Amino acid sequence: MTLITVENLSVRYGANTVLRHVDMAIEPGEIVTIVGPNGSGKTSLLRAIIGATKPSVGKVSLKPGLKIGYVPQKLHIDPTLPISVERFMGLTHRVSRKSCAQALETAGVPDLLQRQMSQLSGGQFQRVLLARALINRPEVLLLDEATQGLDQPGSAAFYRQIEDVRRETGCAILMISHELHVVMSASDRVICLNGHVCCEGSPAVVASAPEYRALFGTGTGGALALYRHDHDHDHDHCDHSQEAAE
Amino acid sequence: MLDDFMTRATLAGVGVAFAAAPLGCFVVWRRMAYFGDATAHAAILGVALSLALQMSIFPGALVVALTMALTVTLLAGRGYAMDTLLGVMAHSALAFGLVAVSFLSGVRIDLMAYLFGDILAVSRSDLLVIWGGAALVVALIVWRWSQLLTATLNEELAYASGFDPKREQLILTLSLAVTVAVAIKVVGVLLIAAMLIIPAAAARSLAKSPETMALIAAVIGAVSAIAGLRAAYVFDTPAGPSIVCVAAILFACFSLVGWQTRHQT
Repeated sequence: MTLITVENLSVRYGANTVLRHVDMAIEPGEIVTIVGPNGSGKTSLLRAIIGATKPSVGKVSLKPGLKIGYVPQKLHIDPTLPISVERFMGLTHRVSRKSCAQALETAGVPDLLQRQMSQLSGGQFQRVLLARALINRPEVLLLDEATQGLDQPGSAAFYRQIEDVRRETGCAILMISHELHVVMSASDRVICLNGHVCCEGSPAVVASAPEYRALFGTGTGGALALYRHDHDHDHDHCDHSQEAAE
Repeated sequence: MLDDFMTRATLAGVGVAFAAAPLGCFVVWRRMAYFGDATAHAAILGVALSLALQMSIFPGALVVALTMALTVTLLAGRGYAMDTLLGVMAHSALAFGLVAVSFLSGVRIDLMAYLFGDILAVSRSDLLVIWGGAALVVALIVWRWSQLLTATLNEELAYASGFDPKREQLILTLSLAVTVAVAIKVVGVLLIAAMLIIPAAAARSLAKSPETMALIAAVIGAVSAIAGLRAAYVFDTPAGPSIVCVAAILFACFSLVGWQTRHQT
């Protein structure tokens, strides 16, 4: 059964229309990436899906009782707010210490349970956000530019973690990114957004589509290859990311 | 037992401290310090209206504080920055309040009592209002705790978890108005923000979780109230400011201790 259906969605802020007639759907277990330049309405689309922004036209329907795991773009924790990783994991649902540790393991950061959130590095912080989103065993994971602030090996490792998550839990993944070269190979489907859906399809199809090239230029074609190269040398990066975490 | 004015004053101070502590934590975490201040300043207009209508202070102050809080929440993000809006509303309300008080001929009122509080004059019915209001605020915050915390951390996270962060903001705003209204008698409109912020800030260096921070803040607030009143009695100083002074001294001590332990490790 389709998890998320977006029909003829338009979003307007005042006189400014940021999304026009967007149609899309997320099926169980697929990885969908939304790419688009700044101001193309990527974040507005995600906000409309979680109900934070009201559509001016059209509608968003979720499968009844759909469990969503949400990884925000950035999460600022005020320095005056003391909170440990374990407490943060149980923010919205009571969770056992065991499932906490398990989710952290899945997200690739075991042994952080007792640390304060303020003591984490950027990469650890993003993975804890991922772990928190996973703890409730979601059917779909929404990621809003979740690798902002990570360096390239860091975000490549993060996206590989996402692929592992899909393989292990079978949950669908909808992510937004402007880091096309890092993201695209991992996706089953790419939706290129610029106020409306420009083009849609497998990463290779989108990368060669004229609409996509008009938006991003041909330079990203080379960058796409860069990620493939990274992927061939999987083990190197795993080692690096573990060193960085320690 | 309630015949003794010191006992009543102590109970009033502790009651306000209990309500102010958890609320103060959110005020600190969300950087709403100025919001508390502004609501309190506006309350003086409520005091003036109550005197003009010859009714008790509490409902008047509550209505004006609520109106102020709701108006600011509604207007926020529509052209003016939050602090500009608060500055305009709070100080206009304060000014109109002070002018309105001057029109009340025939009524000799001690404005100082409302600016700095008159905790030693707390009556049994005042105590009832203070503890009733405090219980309401604490109950609201305990009930909504995890939602309030989520909404404080990230708005989208709240939406994705299935609740509206704007409603949680409204709950905080309402609690703030109630706390301001009940605290006027105890510390006065000028020092209410101090009772919200100082115990919470002092608790920060000792706490490892949001929950312990709120509890420690409650203890610090209660100790400040008790010790401040005692000091006011012994040294013959004004009661409300003495309570705030004790809280400030505790803040300085705990911050020093916290700073030292951070630098040792």
